[in-house]
Amino acid sequence: MLDSKVPAGPLADKWSNHKFNLKLVNPANKRKFTVIVVGTGLAGASAAASLAELGYNVKAFAYQDSPRRAHSIAAQGGINAAKNYQNDGDSVYRLFYDTIKGGDYRAREANVYRLAEVSVNIIDQCVAQGVPFAREYGGLLDNRSFGGAQVSRTFYARGQTGQQLLLGAYSALNRQIKQGKVEVFNRHEMLDLVKIDGHAKGIITRNLITGEIESHAAHAVLLCTGGYGNVYFLSTNAMGCSVTAAWRAHKRGAFFANPCYTQIHPTCIPVTGDHQSKLTLMSESLRNDGRVWVPKTQEIAKKLQKGEIKASDVKEDDRDYFLERKYPSFGNLVPRDVASRNAKEAVDDGRGVGKTGVAVYLDFAEAIGRLGEDSVRAKYGNLFDMYYQITDENPYKQPMRIYPAVHYTMGGIWVDYNLMTTVPGLYALGEANFSDHGANRLGASALMQGLSDGYFVIPFTVGDYLAKLGSFAPVDANHPAFEEARKDVVEKTNQLLALKGTQTVDDIHKKLGHIMWEYCGMARTAEGLTKAIGLIQDLKKEFWSDVKVLGENDELNASLEKAGRVADFIELGELMVTDALQRAESCGGHFRLESQTEEGEAKRNDEEYTYVSAWEYKGDNQAEVLHKEELIFENVKLTQRSYK
Amino acid sequence: MSAHMNLTLKVWRQKNDKTKGQFVTIEAKGIADDMSFLEMLDIVNDDLTRKGEDPIYFDHDCREGICGMCSLVINGRPHGPKQGTTTCQLHMRSFHDGQTIVIEPWRAAAFPVLKDLAVDRTAFDRIQQAGGYVNVNTGGVPDANTIAIPKRIADEAFESATCIGCGACVAACKNASAMLFVSAKVSQFALLPQGQTERYERAQAMVDQMDEEGFGNCTNTGACEAECPVGIKLTNIARLNREYLTAKVFREEDIHG
Repeated sequence: MLDSKVPAGPLADKWSNHKFNLKLVNPANKRKFTVIVVGTGLAGASAAASLAELGYNVKAFAYQDSPRRAHSIAAQGGINAAKNYQNDGDSVYRLFYDTIKGGDYRAREANVYRLAEVSVNIIDQCVAQGVPFAREYGGLLDNRSFGGAQVSRTFYARGQTGQQLLLGAYSALNRQIKQGKVEVFNRHEMLDLVKIDGHAKGIITRNLITGEIESHAAHAVLLCTGGYGNVYFLSTNAMGCSVTAAWRAHKRGAFFANPCYTQIHPTCIPVTGDHQSKLTLMSESLRNDGRVWVPKTQEIAKKLQKGEIKASDVKEDDRDYFLERKYPSFGNLVPRDVASRNAKEAVDDGRGVGKTGVAVYLDFAEAIGRLGEDSVRAKYGNLFDMYYQITDENPYKQPMRIYPAVHYTMGGIWVDYNLMTTVPGLYALGEANFSDHGANRLGASALMQGLSDGYFVIPFTVGDYLAKLGSFAPVDANHPAFEEARKDVVEKTNQLLALKGTQTVDDIHKKLGHIMWEYCGMARTAEGLTKAIGLIQDLKKEFWSDVKVLGENDELNASLEKAGRVADFIELGELMVTDALQRAESCGGHFRLESQTEEGEAKRNDEEYTYVSAWEYKGDNQAEVLHKEELIFENVKLTQRSYK
Repeated sequence: MSAHMNLTLKVWRQKNDKTKGQFVTIEAKGIADDMSFLEMLDIVNDDLTRKGEDPIYFDHDCREGICGMCSLVINGRPHGPKQGTTTCQLHMRSFHDGQTIVIEPWRAAAFPVLKDLAVDRTAFDRIQQAGGYVNVNTGGVPDANTIAIPKRIADEAFESATCIGCGACVAACKNASAMLFVSAKVSQFALLPQGQTERYERAQAMVDQMDEEGFGNCTNTGACEAECPVGIKLTNIARLNREYLTAKVFREEDIHG
């Protein structure tokens, strides 16, 4: 039933052939079409700018006060590209292979190959825009290594790569705003998708300043709204990141794929207390030079936890560099899921460090000795400063304490090869879709995918859809379908504002976060997941009976904004748990305790689970229906992942 | 363990851009010193919400010091007492028990208050739209390693490019000038070969837009540099002045030879 629309032919030719076969829109006709882009991160800003350059009219939406604030801005480490500038054996095929393997063989081959193929164009594009990537003394571009790869293919701008790439895309967007091809709507949140005759024809938004519920019509809608990691309450996502736009589209017919695939990033600053509002990532690039360790014994760990001794007091012989010990060929650069699981294991074994005992060390003493403090500062200065600022501990003098935290969601809206969802005319790009990272994303691949989708895929595929529409007539924002959707949103807003219970929205969100982290976090079991479904259903009732929402609709109202988002997170949480329960295998970031190898690694069950789960919404409080897209591997042999 | 403190907040409350605002005194109790400043406000807001009072509205998003959404003038200083940090990266260990903390929004004619501590900074976007880009379309660009850029130049351009667009420079300036912000973007492109073709038009267009938005003039007090959370240097302003002057004094043909 689910047709991925992957073109026939050899892997390396699929995209070229497909581009030729896609229908084009004549330049004079492009200006008759309007495209809505929701979200202005890497995927959204690059798509909006590129489509406008082609001549389409674009309406771009951001919940922040400026497109430049989208959370792509916070990505630190870098962006992968198969340039092979280092002459170290990289190629498009190797990047494709590493990504498929890193994703634990749960991604679609053709999409991943295309991603690797266009990765080289992204770097060219960004440099042409004036993105100041790091350079060698000879003036050419520098690269660093990242997890899950044995070549250096990561381009970077100190620890602020996401910032520089987003500002590049933002500048391209600004150019089109100036030319009148993009109209931008800041402080607007998408609250519903509007369909006419089954096709996506617009969205309903709330103007966050005035509270006005507005209709926006277009010939196609692009969701570039990021991931849903904030379902865990604590994550590395920005405070405003939510699933709301994607979830409302899901309720209008867009299938949601692999919701249980979440990435728990190994190197984050550990939780300190209940007051904490978010977690801060320390870039994976730090694992290039930092060594991960815990003491060999619980006794030494206890002394460290109580502050009786310092990390530097622990003798070399008493340290367990567990990643180097268990994975000699990849060492500290194993993929994220493997690094996270091993940190958890060390902590569960009573060998964690820091006051709470829920942390491991990331130690730069050896690198500082080898390279000097100045070189380390030049590479990671801003990250070290950030760590110092937050923890009041100087990482040049003592090792960082790190622990895994929710960072990225591989699952998302199901899309076909053209990035179209199950709703015709509705597309999902970047982290909002599910397509390229399988069950685990490799470091420095999120930026690559966002920009690949926005700059180099959607400009071709959306044209094909528009060319086949057969009409240039503008979409009428006064069509009854808009009125109906608008009425629904107004009603839901009033429902939320009428809630006058005793708990704050954050109270409920934190409870949801605890359930998700406990039962659908780094280790999952059938028993725990079954229990979690009941807990979440109860929490949903609690939300709708006992939450307190203050203020009015016609003002900046954080309480109302959050309430709407948390209501959606609760429903998504139940679907994530349901998905995790049906997938009785381990793969990538989805670790079912019942399914592990003798060495404790994730054990896949390829015979039964080599598919994408895509869920169809069936109505409020009704069970969602599971559809499957079979994953076909014609080029890569499925093996047990090994990083030893 | 962390120490706890009680604080007296004097917070600017203003319903919207049409009403007058005023300082309101709010007590913040049991604040841990390892909380961030915004987490302290979260706790105050949690309290207000439980009492049925309108929580304080403030802008924030990434809470990692990079998105530029958070603001606040804290005891007279944009982003608070600590050098080189945004408000979201300011921790309560920079304050002491019993302290009174005055919290205000950015104050500038070009940044009207929307509600409480949040202001409208879209003027910054419009300045960028006036010329903060290289005129290049997606596709059809040369290989990234075609042009070698000396590391020194690339690094300097990067330093200018790290501006987070928060507006602290404007809030710090007695004239509410946006010169540091504008000069950072102009410098990035003036330094890099990619920015050369439109170098002078860019400087002129962005400065014109800045003036149109109602930002004040620069009188070189250096307050902007002192309060910039990411260390954008005054030398950027010197460069902008040079770019602008060149654009004004010489004719277009002369610039490009």
